[in-house]
Amino acid sequence: MSDRILYTSNLSVGYSTRTVLSSLNLNLGKGQLTCLLGANGSGKSTLIRTLAGIQKPLQGIVSLKGTNLREVGPKVLAKQLSLVLTDRIAPGNLTVYGLVSLGRFPYTTWMGSLSDEDKDVIQWALEITNTIQFANRHIGELSDGEKQKVMIARALAQETDLIILDEPTAHLDSPNRIEIFHLLQELVSSNNRAILISTHDIDTAIANADKLWLVANNTIHQGAPEDLVLDGRLEKAFTKEGLSFNYSFGRFEKSREMSGPKVLIKGDALGAHWTENALRRAGFQPVLNSQEFTVEVTGTDSNRKWILNAQHQFETIEELLIKLNTL
Amino acid sequence: MKIPSTALSVRAFALLILIVLGLFLLNLGLGSVTIPIDEVAKILLGKDVENVAWQNIILKIRLPRTVTAVLVGAALSVGGLQMQTLFRNPLAGPSVLGITAGASLGVATIMLAAGSATTAFAIRSVGIGGSWLIVLASSVGAFLVLLIILAISYRIRDNVVMLIVGIMVANITIAIVSIWQYFSDPEQIQEYILWTFGSLGGVTNYQLGVLGSIVGVGILATFFLSKTLNALLLGEDYAQSMGLNIRRSRILIIFVTSVLAGAITGFCGPIGFVGIAVPHLTRSFLNTSDHRLLIPSCVLVGAILMLFCDIISQVPGSTTVLPVNAITAMIGSPIVIWIIVKRRHLKSSF
Repeated sequence: MSDRILYTSNLSVGYSTRTVLSSLNLNLGKGQLTCLLGANGSGKSTLIRTLAGIQKPLQGIVSLKGTNLREVGPKVLAKQLSLVLTDRIAPGNLTVYGLVSLGRFPYTTWMGSLSDEDKDVIQWALEITNTIQFANRHIGELSDGEKQKVMIARALAQETDLIILDEPTAHLDSPNRIEIFHLLQELVSSNNRAILISTHDIDTAIANADKLWLVANNTIHQGAPEDLVLDGRLEKAFTKEGLSFNYSFGRFEKSREMSGPKVLIKGDALGAHWTENALRRAGFQPVLNSQEFTVEVTGTDSNRKWILNAQHQFETIEELLIKLNTL
Repeated sequence: MKIPSTALSVRAFALLILIVLGLFLLNLGLGSVTIPIDEVAKILLGKDVENVAWQNIILKIRLPRTVTAVLVGAALSVGGLQMQTLFRNPLAGPSVLGITAGASLGVATIMLAAGSATTAFAIRSVGIGGSWLIVLASSVGAFLVLLIILAISYRIRDNVVMLIVGIMVANITIAIVSIWQYFSDPEQIQEYILWTFGSLGGVTNYQLGVLGSIVGVGILATFFLSKTLNALLLGEDYAQSMGLNIRRSRILIIFVTSVLAGAITGFCGPIGFVGIAVPHLTRSFLNTSDHRLLIPSCVLVGAILMLFCDIISQVPGSTTVLPVNAITAMIGSPIVIWIIVKRRHLKSSF
């Protein structure tokens, strides 16, 4: 493949005392957002540090654009690969602009003064990450989500074909998480870049990745997220006692004894979906036909009503559940 | 989009330079004998003055001492700034991490080896070749301590642990010095203790040339490292990913700091608190983390603080002279406490 930016052959990573992951033959292609998905402590960070050249591989090679990573000098490497790490380092007195301009480090003179071209790149990085409106604020005044966007802008200012992000959304709430992933997706599709993100967040990875690197049993499975879901490898990788993978919701759940009262749910797809979600949690069994209970969802959006056994009508799912529990 | 305002920095620099000049003249004028500022200016400009005694006091005693104060303030502050950035530790500084203790040990070792003059205090009487030897010894001492601290900081990335290690290393060097003291004559011990009080007045004119050129080169070298220091603000992993040669940068920074702190300690004794307090003062004054601005402003703020401390230690109008080390501690410690209280999270105070 000529459009792969990075590949590994027979790579083993870990520490002198312990091999964490071995026999890795991985590919990162241009224009792809790849998610390295694995449980906490499965060796994601070790792999990322190895791919970024911070740590030496135990065995095998990492090849960046056809050259062994160990033979690429630090200055050349800095123009090909940029990082966003988990370290929550916050030099509070540094401005956003100052931090993003550090990304031009490999391109500037010994004094670090910025040329017009440098300034244009910084401007672009600030605009595309939507951080330009607080470019003059200090890092210490930013929220976690804003900080992460600024760190991404810094990596972008480095103008590299490959960006590696270690758990970029670990400290963020859902809207920020989605915003970051959306931004990364945009960056990967509008340019010939490759982006690798490590995460333990299964839902977000499935929803956003073009490709998954799934850590399981000291090795990595790669493929489209949907393929890994359908052939059961995703479930296997995260299997823990008492947990099962819900294939339609794409998430892991605490397995329950499916012995509760049977409920037939009717209505529009969205309404039925979330009603089912609530009933499962409350211990009911959603089934296709039932003599016990029938719930019918009517209306749309905020006007939905829930009708139980064609007798009782409820404004909310919460009220429906209270009634069901008393029967 | 504004780039961090340069006009503001220019104004700040102008202000700092004015204060340095003001304090410099004031320091020359004040002392056991008060000399009017206009007379001081005349003497400095080489014009004839009626009072020859004043001329002698200014040119032979006060001028070397005042220039020494400027050098001490500048060198220790720039050294402290580098330590704080390298270790990413707001409490780092030459006196805290045992660097000055290492320098003292270096000086003491040389004096012991020389055999004749077994006190560090006696360095004031050595000639120009001896000055270089002292600088070398104290810098090597400081460098060795820094290497130990660096090796440990590699394994343990905990600021508090690092500080404790620094204090312990300092204790070991102090212990070695006290063993040596135990076998020394009482007069020599007294002289050593006097040296530990710190003194700006003992540097002779030609030693000042040695000290001045070392400090000048050291500060210039630090300025050349400002891009490196800026990259290190984000931590070593980020710095490396931006193409910085970490190992070489680390050695360079440590080398420059050792020479700066070592030279000052050799000539003036272990002077505390300037190296830790000034970088914080400068950062909060300029509100920046950019070393291209911080280094020159640390030079100025360090000079201001040291000149101020020297004026106080002379107790103007009296013949008493207080140990300068006590004054820097009395002014420096409240500053450090104020910083901790004001910033709350020391980690974000860079």
